[in-house]
Amino acid sequence: MSRRRWLAAGAGLILGLAAFTSAKAADDTIKIGVLHSLSGTMAISETTLKDTILFLIDEQNKKGGVLGKKLEAVVVDPASNWPLFAEKARELITKDKVAVVFGCWTSVSRKSVLPVFKELNNILFYPVQYEGEESERNVFYTGAAPNQQAIPAVDYLMKDEKVKRWVLAGTDYVYPRTTNKILEAYLKSKGVKQDDIMINYTPFGHSDWQTIVADIKKFGSAGKKTAVVSTINGDANVPFYKELGNQGIKATDIPVVAFSVGEEELAGIDTKPLIGHLAAWNYFESIKTPGNEKFIKEWQAYTKNPKRTTNDPMEAHYIGFNMWVKAVEKVKSTDPDKVIDALPGIEAPNLTGGVSKMLPNHHITKPVFIGEIKGNGQFDVVWKTPGLVAGDAWSKELEGSRDLIGDWVGKKCGNYNTKLNKCGGQGS
Amino acid sequence: MLTRFCRKIRALPFAALLIFASVLPVMAGPFEDAVAKFANDEFTDTDEAIATITTSGNPRAYAIVSALQDGRLSADPDTKKVYITQSDGKNSDASTGAPVASIPDSAAPVRLNNRLRRTVEAALGALTLQSPDPAKRIQAAQSVFKAHDEAMLPAVDSALQKETNKSAKLAFSEARAAILLFKEDATDAEKLEAIGTIKARGDQEALALLVGLSGEQPPAIARAAANATASIQSNLAMWSAVQNAWYGMSLGSVLLLAAIGLAITFGVMGVINMAHGEMVMIGAYVTFVVQETIRTSYPGLFDYSLLIAVPLAFIVAGAIGIVIERSIIRFLYGRPLETLLATWGLSLVLQQAVRTIFGPNNREVGNPSWMSGAFEIGQITITYNRLWILCFTLAVFALLLAMLRYTSLGLEMRAVTQNRRMAASMGIATSRVDALTFGLGSGIAGIAGVALSQIDNVSPNLGQSYIIDSFMVVVFGGVGNLWGTLVGAFTLGIANKFMEPVAGAVLGKIAILVLIIFFIQKRPRGLFALKGRAVEA
Repeated sequence: MSRRRWLAAGAGLILGLAAFTSAKAADDTIKIGVLHSLSGTMAISETTLKDTILFLIDEQNKKGGVLGKKLEAVVVDPASNWPLFAEKARELITKDKVAVVFGCWTSVSRKSVLPVFKELNNILFYPVQYEGEESERNVFYTGAAPNQQAIPAVDYLMKDEKVKRWVLAGTDYVYPRTTNKILEAYLKSKGVKQDDIMINYTPFGHSDWQTIVADIKKFGSAGKKTAVVSTINGDANVPFYKELGNQGIKATDIPVVAFSVGEEELAGIDTKPLIGHLAAWNYFESIKTPGNEKFIKEWQAYTKNPKRTTNDPMEAHYIGFNMWVKAVEKVKSTDPDKVIDALPGIEAPNLTGGVSKMLPNHHITKPVFIGEIKGNGQFDVVWKTPGLVAGDAWSKELEGSRDLIGDWVGKKCGNYNTKLNKCGGQGS
Repeated sequence: MLTRFCRKIRALPFAALLIFASVLPVMAGPFEDAVAKFANDEFTDTDEAIATITTSGNPRAYAIVSALQDGRLSADPDTKKVYITQSDGKNSDASTGAPVASIPDSAAPVRLNNRLRRTVEAALGALTLQSPDPAKRIQAAQSVFKAHDEAMLPAVDSALQKETNKSAKLAFSEARAAILLFKEDATDAEKLEAIGTIKARGDQEALALLVGLSGEQPPAIARAAANATASIQSNLAMWSAVQNAWYGMSLGSVLLLAAIGLAITFGVMGVINMAHGEMVMIGAYVTFVVQETIRTSYPGLFDYSLLIAVPLAFIVAGAIGIVIERSIIRFLYGRPLETLLATWGLSLVLQQAVRTIFGPNNREVGNPSWMSGAFEIGQITITYNRLWILCFTLAVFALLLAMLRYTSLGLEMRAVTQNRRMAASMGIATSRVDALTFGLGSGIAGIAGVALSQIDNVSPNLGQSYIIDSFMVVVFGGVGNLWGTLVGAFTLGIANKFMEPVAGAVLGKIAILVLIIFFIQKRPRGLFALKGRAVEA
């Protein structure tokens, strides 16, 4: 047999096998797409979320799956490459015929896959805190909107720490810029003067923080209590906190409240000099509830790592996954249209002792916690909202978005203008 | 910064209390009740407990409050008993000081938040004004200076009179001035003198105090305060230029360290090595592995971990470099585009390999004690880790220069660079020299990784952030010239740091790139171009 014929035969065999296995799988399992970067810059954060979904699927299958079928994960690697996210999403939906996708971290990756989900009519669960100003029919936002993280954190600093001067420091991309725009408008509405707000942006992966930390120190010595609100993302946080520690800025002088620093990020730093700096999240690993303790125990058993941490986006996936399961069981179908219509109103317990609810704007209700960094890399909750906060798709602080609401139940519209009483406006 | 604690004790005759403190052992009653409050795990109760304990005059007060600050105070919510873990690991009962064999499992450390931490700091300041240790007295004076609470004036006065240590005396007089400045019924003369003392201090905290002096002030005092503010500000502006220069040097040293290996492989050999950053990353991971081994097996050696990591990182990264040269790069000499693509692919392979072995998360690399913290010269803060990195970089540079100048390998390397064919005819094994040169460049990148692990995060992406900057430095400084790399790195570093406060970090970086483009247009061979026939070969 010639070499070419060998090759052809081999290829045929492989194709046949592939077709056979996928045909067999399609019959008795429900496929779930996992669209998280496993390589590249974002792998640091997203790999854990992939493991989380695999863990949740495993747990659900132990309980007998959904609608009598086992769940099967289809994992793809979009490699922190935004256009590749769209390609991989298309592959998941058309080739693998997944019923739902859990994925994305950065806003730009979400924006990149949006047209695909709209065109092919599938469901995306997005688990990360983001800048808001969006409500799409095919997307369910289980992370925090700005009013579920940024605004309560600022309120806490104003009320409890009597902060009068504000440094808004962020990485230069859409989430920090929009969040800071919202915060600036909010602070001004509370009577903070322009002179008392300093806004600073740095590139991704910024590692030389000497000048900026010195500037913050200078800004903070104007005789008024100063705090830093940090939307600095990912890798840049470690050198930032190291520089703060080295230049001797203590939390008692100038506290830093961060929106992107969780248990995972702190794993790379010695937290002793950072004791007292703050983070605002909807979940902390250190929160003691029976549900959380069980989750942590099972997660550590599943990953076979007794030191593995949990974090806020993981909890968001936990809530989102359970909501999807409940919705599917309610309509007895995985058809995206039926599930999308069934999801608003579905309730699922969160890990901090409450019950989160999917809202008509495809955001969920969550409690907000302020935690202080402890010496062991965990957080100590010092404040929390009295109840659950409903996520606003459109910020009430910004001109132009103030009058918009997302309502996929009554109005069937993601950006309904309540002043003009018609669908359409910003972001359509 | 007035804390609730300060407001509470304002009415109390503080000096008297401090004198009584050493004489009167208070029996039962409010003190014990206050200590028990720690067990409630409520911030408001803890706050009240601190206030009561500090003003109680009980000799245990200092031990309790300082244990609270260090997180050594634990309380049992069931029995309401409170315990102190001493620094030597022994336990004692907080209110009596009696030794306790062990702390029950139900006891948890007493929690603090930032507001309470400030209260604790102020309380400790009050309790240590008369401490026998001058460093502690200075610290106490500083916290009084910050809080400038009127109620502390008699205590500060009596401490000032007894003080013999010169710097402690200065600290106390500054603290006294801060109090007088904000005291409603202080005379104008007192206030003017206070402004003078604070002006002499001249740092940002002094400025904060003077700026914070608002409300109705007599014209003479308002004028003096404004003058002092202006003079401190102009003084600080001068220091900020010095500070920018220092930051620039420090950034320059980091750039130099990352680029110096590249200056050899790219500058001397002409190989565009996109995997250079990954050699830096490997060096950082070697440091991590060394520290991890030391942590688990020889914790006493932790301060020497970097000294052990440096030669190891050189060997590991150098060996990997030689393997890469022998297996990939030597087939691609003279084909820059293919080299670029191959090494780029290689860099992705190395990144993913590290990600698979060590996981995608940041790894913790600790600073040895001699690299933590900062010291002050005038009004600028110099952090030890940056200072050491600067020294280290210059040492590496000097060693490399000496190696090229005085060793036979250095001689051979220079010969091969200048004229490969002639060197080969003279009996130099050029391919062996190529491999060793590449190994040397990679090894130095590995050393850079050890240093960078101290200021950046150790993750698989570490190298990526340095590769562009490194090429920029080498091209700007002039290809094939180590001195050019040195001058290039420091020029870019300092220019960047003077640009940053004006234009911001993002725009500053763009501006530097634009300037380099113009510069390269004008001088395509960089700052220090090699002259002679060698260049054309």
